[in-house]
Amino acid sequence: MTDLASPDEDEVVEPAPEPPGDRKLPDDPVLAGLAETFESAVFDAFEPAVGPRQDVVAVDRGDVVPFVTAARDAGFETFIDICAVDHFTREPRFDVVISLLSMRLAKRLRVVVGLPNDDPVMPSLTGVYAGANFYEREAWDLMGVRFTGHPDLTRLLLPDEWVGHPLRKDQGVGSVPVQFKGANRAT
Amino acid sequence: MSDAPHAPGRDTAVPTTDLPLEEGISDADDRRRLHEVWVAGTEEPDWIAGATDEGAQEMLPADVEPALDLQRGTAVEDDYVDEIRVDESERQIINMGPQHPATHGVLRLHLELEGETIRRAKPIIGYLHTGMEKTAETLTYLQGGTNVTRMDYLAPLHNELCYSLAVEQLVAVEIPPRAQAIRVLMTELNRVSSHLVWIATFGMDVGALSMMLYGFRERELILDFFEKTTGLRMNHNYIRPGGVAADLPSGWEDDVEEILDVVRDGIADYNDLLTENPIFVDRTHGVGIMTAAEAHAYGVTGPNARAAGVDFDLRKVFPYSGIDAYEFDVPVGSHGDVFDRYMVRMEEMRQSLGIVKQVLESMPAGDYRTEDRKVTPPPRQRINESMEALIHHFKLFTEGFKVPPGEVYQAVESPRGELGMYLVSKGGPRPWRLHVRAPSFATVQALPVMMADLIVPDVVATLASLDPVLGDVDR
Repeated sequence: MTDLASPDEDEVVEPAPEPPGDRKLPDDPVLAGLAETFESAVFDAFEPAVGPRQDVVAVDRGDVVPFVTAARDAGFETFIDICAVDHFTREPRFDVVISLLSMRLAKRLRVVVGLPNDDPVMPSLTGVYAGANFYEREAWDLMGVRFTGHPDLTRLLLPDEWVGHPLRKDQGVGSVPVQFKGANRAT
Repeated sequence: MSDAPHAPGRDTAVPTTDLPLEEGISDADDRRRLHEVWVAGTEEPDWIAGATDEGAQEMLPADVEPALDLQRGTAVEDDYVDEIRVDESERQIINMGPQHPATHGVLRLHLELEGETIRRAKPIIGYLHTGMEKTAETLTYLQGGTNVTRMDYLAPLHNELCYSLAVEQLVAVEIPPRAQAIRVLMTELNRVSSHLVWIATFGMDVGALSMMLYGFRERELILDFFEKTTGLRMNHNYIRPGGVAADLPSGWEDDVEEILDVVRDGIADYNDLLTENPIFVDRTHGVGIMTAAEAHAYGVTGPNARAAGVDFDLRKVFPYSGIDAYEFDVPVGSHGDVFDRYMVRMEEMRQSLGIVKQVLESMPAGDYRTEDRKVTPPPRQRINESMEALIHHFKLFTEGFKVPPGEVYQAVESPRGELGMYLVSKGGPRPWRLHVRAPSFATVQALPVMMADLIVPDVVATLASLDPVLGDVDR
């Protein structure tokens, strides 16, 4: 991401229909192809360095399934991770972060989907990567993000009767009162 | 209990809830039912459905198509041929674990059997969940190592390394060459010790009981060295942001040389014992197959994916901690069955010992942690002389150092695959969010892929060959 402003950027021949606004396209041909197909994909939304050969892209939740499908077909064949982040004071409050890996290109792609506080719902990726199954259940269980179309969206790590989603920032760490042996003895 | 005044069904007190309780049912009746026996084949009593109801953890009915694909392991590709079909009435769902000794912890499996063949499987996890990701948000970056090291308890140093690398990326500190070499030395030894536990339990699960003794015997040597270096046999908190906690002990070269000799001989012994053993070969060849496409889709990485022919090692492609300076090969299998996973891990141990030998020969001199005062306290000498140094030391250990805002994903090659940590900092001394991408988590959810259309004894061999650590799965 840091070499977005490198001189190579100028040599990339821009496609004739200019994307709306001053949208930067990534250098990488695979990612540039994705960026051209999906108007809502923003590649330069994240400023800090994110590690070697990693790219971050923000995608609208309506576009996430076709985008991830296109990314998979473009070479990001390995599903790595889905996790949810609660930014609490920010709107959209939740980020769902999808990590993909291309072993052939030796590149990582991080797809960030922002979800609003009052409606933390996004379509499930289980149809694209079968491995999204447990990760989406974990995100539902611990962060309360719902994935529509998931075949079995139930609690994964916590007991079924648990109330709340403990990784949200408005949930306390919690504690269980511990009774020490003999602590309350009368004598 | 039966003479409690509010017990329903008694004339004296009728509960006034909206939902009327059934006539003649009491708490005592409920409890008696637990001991009641229902003979299969006779008419089902009406309470039996409720008695076996497990809420969301039940195996779903066999008509929900996407869930069925996941449970049959056919979501990506169906690489099994259905063999014997038995009568519908022979189909039953049994529960394996969470206390089953072959589940290597507290993994629970719902298995739908037709005769002895498994048709569907559903792994159930969470019995070891302790909310470590939430705990990480309450600990400073310096304390965080004590938390993450307890996740994958067979590879604690990899957890610490991954966490430290993630923090160091955000803080942007340079790690001195000696600290990097120590990290490589310790994590590669940790890989060997983790694989030794794996070969011990795997051998035991497929009937080679003596492997249990041999594997743990050799591992003990490595743990002794860990104890000498870090002070603890497990959960070391040795690799920390900025370097490592202490320099290697004097005479460490002799210890490492002894480990190299003994473990290398040990691996040769295991090889003699298992690789050509007809019983072992019969139990492992062609069992529990996972293809490369399935490994990609389910996020299975590490030795389990390499056994399926995926030629990918993070140490080669995304090198960390200067590991690209050492020469080693990445063993890759071709069939993706239990035997290939065995062969890949055996070779990985030899390669890791090779790396350890190179580190031993080329250990650079210098600091074992960075001298960047942002993360490292001033030396003891300075604290005696300077008030500022004392305050600096105090603030570092009470308040913690601040990490610039940012989000970083760092992955290392743990003995079980890609261990990733996604760290979100908002600028404070504690992480805003730490998500751990545990390799065993991905492996466990791919169990139906390998288990469908196997027979029950092969489930044990398959599970053991995958080497899941339930502390890593549940976190």
